[in-house]
Amino acid sequence: MSRRARIALKAMIWGGCLVPLATLVYWFVRDDLTANPISFVTTTLGDWTLRILLASLAMTPLRLVLGVAWPITLRRLLGLFAFFYVCVHFSVWIVLDFFFDWPRMWADILKRPYITMGMLGLLSLVPLAATSTAGMIKRLGARRWRRLHRLAYVAGVAGCVHFLWLAKVGRTDQYWYVATLVLLLGIRLGDAALRAVRRRRARRAAAVATAGIRVP
Amino acid sequence: MLIRRAPRFTSNEITDRKVYLSRREWMIGAAALTLLPGECGAATPQGEPLGATRNDGLSLKEPPTKFEAATTYNNFYEFGVNKDDPARLAHTLKPRPWTVQVDGLVHKPKTFDVDELSRLFPLEERVYALRCVEGWSMVIPWIGFPLASLLKRVEPTGQAKYVEFTTLLDPKQFPGQRASLFGFALDWPYTEGLRLDEALHPLTLLTVGMYGQVLSNQNGAPIRVVVPWKYGFKSAKSIVRIRLTSNEPPTAWNKAAPREYGFYSNVNPAVDHPRWSQATERRIGEFRRRSTLPFNGYGDQVRHLYAGMDLKKYY
Ligand code: HEM
Repeated sequence: MSRRARIALKAMIWGGCLVPLATLVYWFVRDDLTANPISFVTTTLGDWTLRILLASLAMTPLRLVLGVAWPITLRRLLGLFAFFYVCVHFSVWIVLDFFFDWPRMWADILKRPYITMGMLGLLSLVPLAATSTAGMIKRLGARRWRRLHRLAYVAGVAGCVHFLWLAKVGRTDQYWYVATLVLLLGIRLGDAALRAVRRRRARRAAAVATAGIRVP
Repeated sequence: MLIRRAPRFTSNEITDRKVYLSRREWMIGAAALTLLPGECGAATPQGEPLGATRNDGLSLKEPPTKFEAATTYNNFYEFGVNKDDPARLAHTLKPRPWTVQVDGLVHKPKTFDVDELSRLFPLEERVYALRCVEGWSMVIPWIGFPLASLLKRVEPTGQAKYVEFTTLLDPKQFPGQRASLFGFALDWPYTEGLRLDEALHPLTLLTVGMYGQVLSNQNGAPIRVVVPWKYGFKSAKSIVRIRLTSNEPPTAWNKAAPREYGFYSNVNPAVDHPRWSQATERRIGEFRRRSTLPFNGYGDQVRHLYAGMDLKKYY
């Protein structure tokens, strides 16, 4: 993919990821945030956090399935946007929902399993955002960095469980997110299994070759 | 603006909204509407002014929630699970003609036409707090009459201990009752229930209007019950049957999630929903959360009904 195409793609992601926030601001200005604005803003931001997080998790599977490299160039940007949205989502909870009522918030984090899961999701994204620069990759070494960044899947699982646990009886949209996550994880696990098999075969072939026995 | 200002909505304004038509005039209007073809033929009288005498003694002294909020932010799963579904789909419900069957353990079972009911009993306006189990609340000027008046008329027998309310079952009028993709549904029809002494309590209101108007479809037209000291889902909407029973009737939300929604479901800040706290609530139109009051502020009137009961066990 050409440099220009890559830049265009990234610009599209930037634009796309800012639309939900811009829409919220627009509704805010128009005083059109439903009768329960704080709840509406919280849930809208939660929805977009999870969507963008899943989109960032989809990039590697997309590369595996399509056999092209370009999705990887978008992974970091999407991941950072997911982190940005969860920060706003979290801030709305602190400022608008609880208005800095720390004891009550702390009680909720410990007592409400869905909030606990949300915090787990948020906290597992922090080291990823902190180590998202090229310099950090170099400093950590590619291998360690890759391992650390598997935390993104922890965040994905935590985000989905957060949603499953907060959704009222009767809602069904949370299952679509869970199904997407399962699919993405499935592709990655399938790929890992495939590679393990290939590696073992290659090792055996090498062993056979060094033992001087002709492979039929 | 993100934070909606508390509406400056005084009791005067509520009264101003009412254009007092005589019952007769408005009945004629409704009858004329039924003769019109198509959608108009539904004769949905929602929005029609409805006269009532304000019961100040049983009314909250707080400004009511904006009418717009009370009619666009609703939980009414018969229309759908989202808050805006009821307002969006309200037109599918045809609240006239409508009858309410009152039977079970009573001496004089009878099926009433809904308009007959509001002629039989004098209508009162009462401003009540409404607390949703999800942690938000509103202040609503309801119009209705005490359920007790109706129950006394049909004369419950000595065996009657409970009252069961049944909401209309009709997937054509209630899209939310159609089979869904993931197979979830409440066990339609929606049923709710009260103990007989709760049902006879003077606060328990059979409701046919709000904000000086005939009840809108999304708020449970044409007739619903309002039990202000319990979470909102206890106040069954669009009622077609009121049955007196000797056993505790199964109720829709209790069947769907027994650990989350008990039969009593009295508003209680000390008993949390398993997944969230009930200690606070957001009054629609206000910014800061407020503390939730035991029995939604009606403790003095209803506490005696539960004397000696462990309210943590009977949540
Ligand atoms: C990776 C982290 C997170 C993700 C992916 C996420 C995602 C979501 C989603 C999808 C929803 C549901 C929106 C809906 O109802 O449509 C939601 C709601 C919510 N989230 Fe999060 N969230 C995360 C972290 C957090 C954190 C850290 C907190 C606060 C400590 C939090 C608090 C809430 C609250 C209060 C709601 C609204 C619940 C309700 O409707 O009653 N979330 N979130």
